[in-house]
Amino acid sequence: MEIGMHAMLSPLVLTAAIIVLMMQIAFWRHALVSWLISCGGILLSLLALFSSAALVNSQAPNLGGAIAITSLLVVDHYSLFFSGLILFATLVIALLAKDYLQTREGENEEFYLLLMLSALGGLILVSATHLASFLLGLELLGVALYALIAYPERGHLPLEAAVKYLILSGAASAILLFGFALIYAALGALSFAGIGDQLAVNLSTDKRLIILVGTGMVFAGIGFKLSLVPFHMWTPDVYQGAPAPVTGFLATVSKGAIFAALLRLFVDAQLYQYPSVMLGISVVAIASMLIGNLLALKQQSLKRLLAYSSIAHLGYLMIVLVVCGAVKNIQLAIEASAFYLAAYIVTSLAAFSLLSLISSSQETERVEDVQGLFWRQPLLAFLLTVALLSLAGIPLTAGFIGKFYIFTAGISGALWLLLAALVIGSAISIYYYLRVIFAMADTPAEGSTALPSLSLVGKCVVCLLVVMMFYLGMLPDTLMQYLGNQRFL
Amino acid sequence: MILLNLILLLLIGGAFVWWSERFGAHWPRMLALILVLVDLAYLLIGISDISPDKFTLVPAASDPKSWLVALKIDWIPRFGISVELAMDGLSLVLILLTLVLGAVAIVSSWNEANDRQGFFQANILWTLAGVIGVFVALDLFLFFLFWEVMLVPMYLLIAIWGHEGKAYASMKFFIFTQFSGLLMLVAILVLVNLHHTETGVITFSYFDLLGTTMSADAANWLMLGFFIAFVVKLPGFPFHTWLPDAHTQAPTAGSVILAGILLKTGAYGLIRFTVPLFPEAALSFAPIAMLLGVAGILYGAFLAFAQSDFKRLVAYSSVSHMGFVLLGVFAWNALALQGAVMQMVAHGFSTAALFMIAGALQQRMHTRDMNKMGGLWHTMPRMGAVALFFALASLGLPGLGNFVAEFLVLLGLFNVNPWMAAVAALGLITAAVYSLIMMQKSFFGKPDDSYKAEGSYKVEGSPNVDDSPKVDDSLKMYDFGALDMTTMAVMIVALVWLGLYPQPVLDLVQPVLDSLALQVSFASDSIIAEPVANESAVNQFAEGGL
Repeated sequence: MEIGMHAMLSPLVLTAAIIVLMMQIAFWRHALVSWLISCGGILLSLLALFSSAALVNSQAPNLGGAIAITSLLVVDHYSLFFSGLILFATLVIALLAKDYLQTREGENEEFYLLLMLSALGGLILVSATHLASFLLGLELLGVALYALIAYPERGHLPLEAAVKYLILSGAASAILLFGFALIYAALGALSFAGIGDQLAVNLSTDKRLIILVGTGMVFAGIGFKLSLVPFHMWTPDVYQGAPAPVTGFLATVSKGAIFAALLRLFVDAQLYQYPSVMLGISVVAIASMLIGNLLALKQQSLKRLLAYSSIAHLGYLMIVLVVCGAVKNIQLAIEASAFYLAAYIVTSLAAFSLLSLISSSQETERVEDVQGLFWRQPLLAFLLTVALLSLAGIPLTAGFIGKFYIFTAGISGALWLLLAALVIGSAISIYYYLRVIFAMADTPAEGSTALPSLSLVGKCVVCLLVVMMFYLGMLPDTLMQYLGNQRFL
Repeated sequence: MILLNLILLLLIGGAFVWWSERFGAHWPRMLALILVLVDLAYLLIGISDISPDKFTLVPAASDPKSWLVALKIDWIPRFGISVELAMDGLSLVLILLTLVLGAVAIVSSWNEANDRQGFFQANILWTLAGVIGVFVALDLFLFFLFWEVMLVPMYLLIAIWGHEGKAYASMKFFIFTQFSGLLMLVAILVLVNLHHTETGVITFSYFDLLGTTMSADAANWLMLGFFIAFVVKLPGFPFHTWLPDAHTQAPTAGSVILAGILLKTGAYGLIRFTVPLFPEAALSFAPIAMLLGVAGILYGAFLAFAQSDFKRLVAYSSVSHMGFVLLGVFAWNALALQGAVMQMVAHGFSTAALFMIAGALQQRMHTRDMNKMGGLWHTMPRMGAVALFFALASLGLPGLGNFVAEFLVLLGLFNVNPWMAAVAALGLITAAVYSLIMMQKSFFGKPDDSYKAEGSYKVEGSPNVDDSPKVDDSLKMYDFGALDMTTMAVMIVALVWLGLYPQPVLDLVQPVLDSLALQVSFASDSIIAEPVANESAVNQFAEGGL
């Protein structure tokens, strides 16, 4: 148990920070102190990961590089890497939320509390090896998010978004849970590995139909949370309605954590052996890539545009699951998805941070609102351009290396149809990313107000993100070596 | 290191030029011009160190050490990617062209009242850096990187400083090249993957990937991936439709770079990558490619003839001229290849000059419509004479570079396919038709003042005043000044020199073409297993050289 505590240091630190923050809010409300406690807590939790990583390394010979904590959770390099991503993203959001919340009246301390709770859910999710802990993490992540989306209770958009997300997400969770129940009824197992073992035995029996329906329901539930076509309807409204930092959180932490958990489930339960599952994933991936990109073309709101683009990006990422079909490619597939998610999270964070910096001052985020940004706020415009180019996958940025990985993985799996959809989707996506860049480079519209200058923290954070984007794009080898050499999953 | 420094100087210099804007609008273009000239001087000093024998030696296609300059630094070892730069005679010719035309482009923007000069010049320098990168990168990953990255500053040049239809044109340009680039990326990765399964080594190095064995089917598909990317850029029929828009809407300096240099990256890619990497596939595809070349020559000329927009006419003439390059490459013999390379250089100069004239006219008259021009020779005799010279060069007047190029291509093609050569030769006649029409409408005839009617030049979104013809006296005609004439003189001298004494360029390129031919014949021998034919094929090729 001693080792287990040490391995789980990071979530424990985060939990402690949550309790401290709760006490502070109960006894002495103070916005700045709350902000400091939460940022400090997240940072400590992030640092604790390194200590856990050292422990995993030292335990590697006798435990296979993974430390199991009961049958529910496991700590290995895979979970530590994604925990790091989640905590990093949460830290960025917390740092930026301060500026955003300053413009807002009333009591804002609970915002950080909800943010940390949601991040804790993410941490559990990426270490889950059991359907119970999977659901626990998922709900902790989701329930805190409902409140976060509705946080600025002004205007009807956030409320509409929150209600929409609450109802649809609740329905998705119910479907997911029903799927779990069916699988348990058929197989009698709830741990990922146990499901894998039982599946191999039971697939040829008459339980086949129940298993198939159960698996389908699980994928539908997860597909909803990842906003894959045809479960994507909520995405644009929620992205638009939620405050920009929360949208950023939803796009990065929520999706990243759920995808990481899905990939572990997929590999541990060896779902890749079943052609019908692979077929379903392929169809969903192609639909997401094409429909997401096509629907993004006509969007006027930047947030809606990014919402559709995130549908497409998750579609690209689903290719990786199909690549797992050949066992020899699994290692590459995991490496590719880890890199892609890292690149996507950094890029999306930058995009949403910039949006939140723009929208906190003028409260709209239409494409026309950024017209002439290049000449009004050169730094902001340059950073947003880099972020958009990275989303579009132009070389020298992190997004390109991510796409390069997906191409490489797809080619080693010889998935020509999926690759064709990827190429077409990417070509379409250029149009809407460039449209924003073009608007920024245009002459400023008359009567557009000068944006207020950015706060120092905001400036530093977005600059750091852009530096990371360039770093991952130009010198990706450090991360590649880490992802490639470790016994990762 | 010289190659890396060449690129870095322009990249970092670009940022510096942008920053220098704060000292005054004059600074950026001065600095940009100085930077390009310094870059050129640095290159010339660098190559003067190389022993002269190396220029005549046939380099081994698979051994970078035998090239003029080579550099290799590990970059992403996980995927066997390195910063691998190398230069042979072909690259050298194209880099020289790039730097000279880069300086011309900067001068051509001298009098244009562009706002945000700093960022403008920076984008020009970054485009040049990207193009030079394309010409020297021999790691396929790095090549793709330069190939894509040079688009971004070019896109900004069109999107920010372009004319009335810039939004559409810049978008089309970017999407066309990006989509075809992705096809090439897939082809590159499949090639690397094939090489990996064959040898167990992951590498993106051109030298290692040459001669990868693969099934004929795979080779055909991969060759197509590369072919489409390069032909879109060339541009070849039927992938040319982005070009008239992009050229017409780009600012003058942008058009000069686009027509003079950027198109050549497509031709370079065909010669350096498409044919050597997939010799058999390219050979079997050659008739179709040549057919596309002929179609481009005639179709481009036909459309050029129908244009009333000065810049559009020149743009379509580019489609026609670049058809000869496609023909020359896929005829794949010494004469035709020499012709293709000559055409790349000569067309670069002649079209760049014509675009400069078009830009100068637009600046003075605020229109590109030739129906509103006429008799300009009377007011601007110097510009008229220069325009006549380049129009004649473009139509292939013997004694100028373009004639040598097109003649060599046709001569080489005749050995391969006489009928195709006969049809392609019609391009020389059609070129005369549209070039002379262009001169006739704009510079000869009676002076026409209709361009002065206000509202004839409409900027999108500007308030449209009533249509009653008011005379806008702010439009003044003034002839080319000393600076313009100097740049024009440089290009005139270059074309005359290429026309009368092309030997130095041919000598520089010949060893490279020999080594490529060797590579291609070796590769086809390894399949057909006819070692006897090999030597004679090489000899035949060498004899074909001038």
